[in-house]
Amino acid sequence: MLAYIVRRLLYAIPILIGVNLITFALFFVVNTPDDMARMQLGVKRVTAEAIQKWKVERGYDKPLLINEAAAGLAVVTDTVFFQKSARMFVGDFGRAEDGRDIAREIGARMGPSLAIALPTFILGLFVTVTFALTLAFFRATAFDFWGVVLCVAMMSISGLFYIIGGQYLISKVWRLVPISGFGAGLEAWRFLILPVLIGVVSGIGSSARWYRTIFLEEVSKDYVRTARAKGLPETIVFFRHILRNALIPILTGVVVVIPLLFMGSLLTESFFGIPGLGSYTIDAINAQDFAVVRSMVFIGSVLYIVGLILTDISYTMVDPRIRFE
Amino acid sequence: MIGFQVVVLWSDILIWLLVAAGAGVGVLIAKSPPLLAAWRRVGANRVGMASATVLLAFVLIGLLDSLHYRVQMDGKPGQKVTYAIEVLSVLDALAAPLRLRNEKTYSEPFATRLYAKETIDLPGGGTVRDYPRLKHGGKHLGEHENEMLADAGFTALRAAIVGFLAWLAVVGMATAAVNRESAAVDVTGWQKIWRGETAFAWNAVLITLGLILLFVVPLFWLAGSYHVFGTDKVGQDVLYQILKSVRTGLIIGLVTTLVMLPMAVLLGIVAGYFRGWVDDVIQYLYTVLNSIPGVLLIAAAVLMMQVVIDTHPQWFSTAAERADLRLLALCFILGITSWTGLCRLLRGETLKLRELEYIQAAQAFGVSNWRIIIRHILPNLMHIVIIALVMDFSGLVLAEAVLSYVGIGVDPSMTSFGTMINNARMELGREPVVWWSLAAAFSAMFILVLAANLFADAVRDAFDPRAV
Repeated sequence: MLAYIVRRLLYAIPILIGVNLITFALFFVVNTPDDMARMQLGVKRVTAEAIQKWKVERGYDKPLLINEAAAGLAVVTDTVFFQKSARMFVGDFGRAEDGRDIAREIGARMGPSLAIALPTFILGLFVTVTFALTLAFFRATAFDFWGVVLCVAMMSISGLFYIIGGQYLISKVWRLVPISGFGAGLEAWRFLILPVLIGVVSGIGSSARWYRTIFLEEVSKDYVRTARAKGLPETIVFFRHILRNALIPILTGVVVVIPLLFMGSLLTESFFGIPGLGSYTIDAINAQDFAVVRSMVFIGSVLYIVGLILTDISYTMVDPRIRFE
Repeated sequence: MIGFQVVVLWSDILIWLLVAAGAGVGVLIAKSPPLLAAWRRVGANRVGMASATVLLAFVLIGLLDSLHYRVQMDGKPGQKVTYAIEVLSVLDALAAPLRLRNEKTYSEPFATRLYAKETIDLPGGGTVRDYPRLKHGGKHLGEHENEMLADAGFTALRAAIVGFLAWLAVVGMATAAVNRESAAVDVTGWQKIWRGETAFAWNAVLITLGLILLFVVPLFWLAGSYHVFGTDKVGQDVLYQILKSVRTGLIIGLVTTLVMLPMAVLLGIVAGYFRGWVDDVIQYLYTVLNSIPGVLLIAAAVLMMQVVIDTHPQWFSTAAERADLRLLALCFILGITSWTGLCRLLRGETLKLRELEYIQAAQAFGVSNWRIIIRHILPNLMHIVIIALVMDFSGLVLAEAVLSYVGIGVDPSMTSFGTMINNARMELGREPVVWWSLAAAFSAMFILVLAANLFADAVRDAFDPRAV
């Protein structure tokens, strides 16, 4: 088992290097630092000196890949690639346009992101699995039919509608919770309830329909027929046999997103004014803060790869038929 | 006679290319019995055909909006001919009343007066604070503003009758077609359609078409004298914006798949067929691209594209061209982030196929690898490609709205569902509430995406071998 995990971790390294190279190519080769400087400084003050100053302040004045002027190891290390891209591997993300340290900002904003994303994830999983199981239990009835119709209708509605409509109805018309904002400590629940609720509702449509097909696939298997033939009541067949077996693909399927919960959701956080990583990213996009976007791309990839490794491990844990080779 | 200059935008080329490709694929399908049988199954699916009818209506709007031109400017004879900077489409010409009749600011659907009070000069001197009359909405009513409801109702009724007559004509043609197909004497074509005994789901198509006509004909009739969906902040008709958004949505949904399809198909098959180092390289490539969360990769790529566009203004002669190129770039970026799933599916299926006897027989006969891929592997993967094509569409239309909201979508000057929602996002906070822009954008998007989802389900049911 340990050897397997180590090998999976080693396999992640070339992928991370690939991601790093892609972000480097996107941010420094497709557009030169000169282009970025011109963009940031606006059209009016674009003199060669201003561009040079902007580049020196941010360390973009170095050569991209190989510094021929330097001596020794500095040929490779005193370059934009090494200083800006490769240093991300050790958690050094540099500074944002406003001068703050990106790594520290990320640490501070992870909490609020997680406060929204984790309850949404757990509650959403519980609600959709319950709903899908009910649909599968009443399969081929009018309830099942209209349930699927509801799912298809719900997945055809834009995610923006759930947020805008939910805010309008619950916060503005009924005045139950504040429209947006975030508080520290225990008082935070009043701000969290609406985004979590909306996150759960907007995810029901597609996941419930998908889980229902997984349940139905399980229903038609031989072991289920055997269980019925033994004379087991339908409820026990469902909860003891079908639910447990169908949970294997469902749970292993969602493990991959668990690490990504740290990143938060762009939409939810920007609509509800939550100071998490999602709104940090959106602000950076709008302010064209390239350093922040670059860091978020890298962190997102790292978390996704962690999720993939966790998925593989969880497969081997819940399904004894899978061996590590 | 007004001169005009035909303008061909890149997205126009792609969208008409898509139509041509669709026709070409149709011919190929007609020659291939299994594919034809699968499409017949789609044709027999009532829900699928009803949603296809709705989709076709949207496509029609989109195609009309994809023929662009520039009007010649008035000039003295002998002068060099110049053309207006504004690029118009055939749809703009047809909907000219909607496009040109702008009000000052918000007005409710069917309103005759503006949303906000203003100081109005009285004819006899002095001023009064009141809701001013609209310049265009309900203008023909004159003094009899309170008769708006009766007028609109009567107009709608007349238009509905026209729509109904048009529908009857279509029904007549369908009946004639069904009659000609079958030689049975005891039941007429109409009875067969009504009872759903035809191989093609005529009844679903005709009922949907009837509903569309009964809704659309009165809508456009009324749009001539009212703002049926209201006007937005700058007084533009919301119905016009909805019509313009359709093309953007279609391009994002269709061109993106078109862009990623060749890459996904080629790399997927090559990886699965040749295995070895080729497979390793391709797997590495899509794992890396797949590891970057989609929204973030799109955000990074769109930011970079903006810099490119902003630093090269000399590339574009009109604003429409710039917006168009940005739209296409967005399609490419979305395509690059979304090809990995299809590629992986095709690779897996090819791995399975290449072990089958008929492929091994072909290899033993000395048929070249590329010939095997084109003649024997590709046709057996078509169902996966078709399913992926229709399944992706709705997701992409929804994604466009979110991306435009985040600020990494289409050009802000281009009308799309996303930019409409983005512009209207603060309107629910007003007092009284301005609900019509958002409601219209969300409803139109809902209808489009719902139809696409239902059609995709019908196609998947017909093509997926596991489902039969």
